[in-house]
Parts: sequence; C-alpha cells; structure tokens
Amino acid sequence: MTLRVVIVDDEEPARNRLRELLGDCAGELPHLVAGEASNGVEGLQVVTAAAPDVVLVDIHMPEMSGIEFARHLQVLEKPPAVIFVTAHDQYAVEAFEVNAVDYLTKPVRAARLLAALKKAAHGTRVTRGVLERIDPQPRRHLSVAERGRVILVPVADVIYLRAELKYVTARTRDREHLVEESLTQLEHEFDALFVRIHRNCLVSRRFIRGFERGVESEGEAGWSVLLEGCEEKLPVSRRQWAQVKPLAKGHA
Amino acid sequence: MQSIRQNDPPDALPDFRNLGVISRVLLGVNALALLFAFARSRGISEFVERLAEIASRLEPVLLAAIMVLYIASPYFRRLPYRYGLAAVLAVVLAIAAALSPLLTVGGSGGWREALWGAIYAAFCAGSLAWYFYLRNRAFSPVISEARLQALQARIRPHFLFNSLNAVLSLIRKDPKRAEAALEDLAELFRTVMADNRQLIALGDELSLCRQYLNLEQLRLGERLRIDWQVEPAVEQVLVPPMLLQPLVENAIYHGIEPGASPGTIEVRIGRRGDRLHLHLSNPYHVDYQHRQGNRMALANIRERLQLHFDVEASLATRVHEGRYEIDIVMPFRAAS
Repeated sequence: MTLRVVIVDDEEPARNRLRELLGDCAGELPHLVAGEASNGVEGLQVVTAAAPDVVLVDIHMPEMSGIEFARHLQVLEKPPAVIFVTAHDQYAVEAFEVNAVDYLTKPVRAARLLAALKKAAHGTRVTRGVLERIDPQPRRHLSVAERGRVILVPVADVIYLRAELKYVTARTRDREHLVEESLTQLEHEFDALFVRIHRNCLVSRRFIRGFERGVESEGEAGWSVLLEGCEEKLPVSRRQWAQVKPLAKGHA
Repeated sequence: MQSIRQNDPPDALPDFRNLGVISRVLLGVNALALLFAFARSRGISEFVERLAEIASRLEPVLLAAIMVLYIASPYFRRLPYRYGLAAVLAVVLAIAAALSPLLTVGGSGGWREALWGAIYAAFCAGSLAWYFYLRNRAFSPVISEARLQALQARIRPHFLFNSLNAVLSLIRKDPKRAEAALEDLAELFRTVMADNRQLIALGDELSLCRQYLNLEQLRLGERLRIDWQVEPAVEQVLVPPMLLQPLVENAIYHGIEPGASPGTIEVRIGRRGDRLHLHLSNPYHVDYQHRQGNRMALANIRERLQLHFDVEASLATRVHEGRYEIDIVMPFRAAS
C-alpha cells in the first residue's frame, strides 16, 4: 500500500527539503506526496482533497499554528496521522515528549523521518485532548465538518455560542454552525472573548450592544442582551446577572 | 573587523568628554563642598556663609579643571592608567594652585593660598579618582556578563536551525547558493563569538546585518522586504557591535514570520548634529506578542549602550500606526 503524504510548511525551502528526504525514503517505504500547502487554511483544503494518511506539519506558521491546524483535522471522520516538524521550540518539544506525540526537528534526518512515517503507517494518532494540552493557546477558528470538508469559523466572527441538545450552535452574522464541542470547554478556552450569560449560552463581549429589561422569564422580569449584527435578544439568567452587570455600565 | 581602542579596559581614566562623567564630577565635588561647609559651621546662617565662600573659590577652579580635562581627555586616556592619573592630578593641582591666590578676598593671596587650594583640589580629585576606579571595577564584570548573556540571546537557535535547513534544501539543486549561504552563516557566527567589547564601525555592523538578511531571505523569500535608508556619512561612526543585528532579527521574528502577507522592515540611519539617529520599524502583530525573547534583546542593547555611552545614548520603542518602532540616539563619534 502506498502511503499518501501531505506537507504543510510556510517556508518553501523547508518543503523542498522534506520532499527530497521523502524521495530518499521511497525505497524503504513506498509513498506518494499527495499535496503541499504553505499555511493551515490551505492545508485543510489540500487534506480534504488529497485524503492523505500522514501530514507533515510545521509548528510555526503565520495565521494558524501547526498545532491548531492539527486540532481542526480532528473533526474529519478519518483524520490523517500528524507528524509535527519544528526548528526549535523548547516548549512544544517538551509537550510532545510528555504526551508521546511524534515530532521531527529541523534539519530533519532521513532515518528519523522514515521511522516516524512507519509509525504513522501503523495508525498512531494524536487525540484532541492531547493537542489541547500541548498548546493551551485559544484557537483562532472553530472547525465544523461539512460533507467531508472542514469549514473554519473565525472565533472573532462568532456572536454567541449556545448549547443545543447534542451540539453547540455558533452564531455569526450570516449563519449558524453546529460545533461538536462542549460549552464548558469553549468557555474555558475563550475566556477572554466570551462571557457566560446563561447556563446554556456564551456571548462575545465585542458584540454586546446593550441590555434591556424585558421579557418575562419564569414569572419575573429579567434582563436580555442586545447584540450587534443579530436580531435575537438573549436572556440573561439571574445567576449570571452579577457577572454580566459590570459590562452593562459601559452601555447604559 | 576593525576594532578601535575606545572602550574602558579595567583601570582606565574616565572619559572627561562624557556628559555622565562631567555631571558626576560636578555633583561629587559640590557634595564634598557641602559636607565641608556643614562640618565647619555651627548654624544655618554660618553654613550658608561658609558655603558661599567655598563656592566662590571652588567653582572657578572646578570649571577650569573640567574645561582643561575636556580638551586633554583623549591624550590622557592614551597614557597607561598610572601616568594618566598622575597627569590629571598634576593638571588639577596646577589649576588650583594658580587660581586660588587670585580668588581670595581682595585678591591678595600668596603661596599659602596656592598651597591650600592645591591641598583641597588634591583631596577632591583623589576622592573622585577613587570613586571612578571603584565604579569601573564594579561595572567591568557587567560588561563580560552582558556579553555572555548576549551570546545566548542574540542569535536564536530557531534562526540557526531554520537556516541550516534552508541551506540543506539548496545543496542538491543549487550548490553555489548553498556555498554562499554557509559562508554568510560562518561570518555571522564569527562575529557573534568574537570579543564584542570594543566599539566597531557602523559599516561593519551593517554588512553583518546584510549577511544575516541574505540568510533570512533564503527561507522567507518574497515575504521579507527591506527598505534601507542609510546616509553614507555614517559608515565610519563607532557603535557597539551587535547593535543592529539583534534588532533586525527581532523584526523578522515578530514582524515578518507571523504575517501571511509580505512585510517590510525599515531601517533609517542618519546624523543630526553631533548625534547618530537609528530608526527601525516592522509590522506589528498584536496576536503574536506571546512569542518570547524580545525584551531580552532590547534590555541587552540598552545595557550595552549605557555601558558605552552612559546618559548620552537612549533607546525608545513604541507602536505607531500598526508598526513597531525602535529609535536609538547616540553620540556621533567617527573612527579616527
């Protein structure tokens, strides 16, 4: 079976070098370079088109780090194995060691590359949980799987996140997306951007336009949040009002 | 690389043309005068009277001595420390002895006044010489320490490994370019590992930066743009070595690498009066400020500027219209 490989690195010479080394390994491990990308966003498209078994990912890339890219891959039904490549990142390397995630250091040696590919061919996978531990930085995007593709939703565009039965709805100006993550985790990760207004709802601080005393909820008049770019008024629970109230001052 | 003996090796005379040194001399001598006046008076009014009397006899001698030392400083500093010190003391004593008789009330002083003037002057000059000697001793380990620290901080391992990787990628297809790149890399590390305590000509630092940028251009390609505006007259100015390279490296690390689209690094260097102005700017990415290492390089350069130029050099940073800017002002001293 031929192993399908995709290379994602923002530096052209680095991609060239990996291709050369892959060529050197071809005798021992038949494979095919199924695609290349110079950033994470492009990488997700290439991966969905090329359906690789393994992705070689540089960690330091503009816009989207290699680790965030790998996290988005995990929404695919059959995510490819990921091998991280880094020039020098002490923190990432320590995290890889601790979590037994495979990585290569630049300059990459052919023998190391071969060993990592063989391991990946046997189906070793990283899990979401491990990736979160490796890079606790908040992501820039949420990812949603749609008909075998990965749709990226910039976190900065999300107006609110609301827990439904099985999913979390992420509302942007244009549409709603269903995200397969827990609200508690999202709240934890995007603490700086979102505020919880209700047991089942987080609202982006940037989109809060004001507050309105209105609709009866459970027999009592409560407060609702008015949002930028969205007609809905979301109720603030009495329990959360104490936390949300300070935000209201700026809008009064 | 050209190096010039202008820095302070251990046990050197202070540079009497340095604003910091001059102000320390003025403050030190006047503080001694205050103490003296205080010790010899019993009340406020007597203290004020004493102080006025001392000042009238002290300040002209002090100012004259500073003026002569300002002129003579380069010559004295070329002498071995002991002879230099003796020369400074001789000059100060001579001035004090010559001026003191003229400054007594009525201008009728004789050899007694000259003698007392010389004794006071010897006391002041001796105390200051001791002070500068200790200060020099206290700061010298800092120079080597800062240098060591700098060796670690200056060139990021990140850069070394990425460059080696870029060179490896060239070896099969373009061996000529790979050779040139390795030569640049060798030159860069030769400088980094050299004794970096001596001031060097700015032209040398600039060519080092160009070699460094060649290497970065290799892997970043189109994404890296550099806009140089360097007045030709500044090539011979003396600057601390590795003054610009770490800043350019920072500019790439924080300003170019995190950007998906091409970014420009601007370097402007020029003379304004007796000052050298260096201005460096790069695109500012708010989201990438967690990348480490910036403050260390800046603190390092600030410290070295202070060691070399004391209060006469400054380094300021700011974020302005989406760009991160660094401004360095330092004395314009050409290599002789």
